[in-house]
Amino acid sequence: MKLKKISMELHIPTLAPETLFHIGKLPITNTIINTWLAIAIFFILGLVLRKRIHLKPSKIQNFAEFFLEKLLGYFDRVTGDRKKTMQFLPIVGSVFFFILLSNWLGLLPGTGSIKIGHNMLLRPANTDLNLTLAMALVAVISSHVFGLITVGVFTHLNKFIQIGAFLKSLTKGPVAIFTAVIELAVGVIEIVSEMAKVLSLSLRLFGNIFAGEVLISVLSSLVAVIVPAPFMLFELLVGLIQAAVFTILTLVYLTVMTAQPHGHEEKAH
Amino acid sequence: MDHESIVTLTKGLTMAIGGMFPALAIGRLVAKAMEAIGRNPEASDKLFVPMLLGAAFAEAIAIYALVVVFTLK
Repeated sequence: MKLKKISMELHIPTLAPETLFHIGKLPITNTIINTWLAIAIFFILGLVLRKRIHLKPSKIQNFAEFFLEKLLGYFDRVTGDRKKTMQFLPIVGSVFFFILLSNWLGLLPGTGSIKIGHNMLLRPANTDLNLTLAMALVAVISSHVFGLITVGVFTHLNKFIQIGAFLKSLTKGPVAIFTAVIELAVGVIEIVSEMAKVLSLSLRLFGNIFAGEVLISVLSSLVAVIVPAPFMLFELLVGLIQAAVFTILTLVYLTVMTAQPHGHEEKAH
Repeated sequence: MDHESIVTLTKGLTMAIGGMFPALAIGRLVAKAMEAIGRNPEASDKLFVPMLLGAAFAEAIAIYALVVVFTLK
């Protein structure tokens, strides 16, 4: 009973974000506010940067170029090709910076402590499963769209439903047909793994950031000063690592989908 | 046992067991990566991204356990 009393006093964030008010019928939650805060910061930064682009870079341009170059270096190591990196940069790079900033915005003072009624005004954007699920869907679906465009519709679909290999095997005797049937089954498993990609991408980001939020709010209601500080430092690191993991995984998916399938020519012989 | 104590026990066990093995996995993963860097310090740049990816996959399992704990009522 005593334990229950303590857990009632601790303010643990609920799994779903709280609705603050409605615009028309659209509920505005506290995570939406944080999301738009991050978007607004990037919008202003973009406008400022666009005005000040010179051949001899100013301070802020230098700052942006430094991060972009670091990012390109890491991306190159995954894709192995600068051309591909430049192709994927608009999606993957903006996802990285968005996740990073919205994770770090959640650590600013005021998050969770400024309240409207019973609900907190600000809540880290990635503690909303809707947002992470949306980003994961964008990542996986765009990898398929890129795949369809670069390797062709038939080749891409053949990675999942291997009809082409099956039809070819019909002329080559029972062993080849047997192999082709197994490959068809593997293709079905591949389809399931595409859904697992969405699930694991979204849950990983959500779980990490939400767990951090719970950890910090529990600790700061136990001891208000000093004790939560090292954990917040740890959350800074987690925010960076999760942003990096999400982007690198997205990039891996994009790279794999746009690569020509291995052994495709071998099978044709 | 009443419902509430079963739920509490299950939450604790889920987190304990579900955290144990990913922790072991990440520990082994990073230990091996460190060993590799020790043997060949120039490879540390190349090792970093695959190590991070592997750690993310291992960690995802702990996160699933965490999400299950949050949804237990």
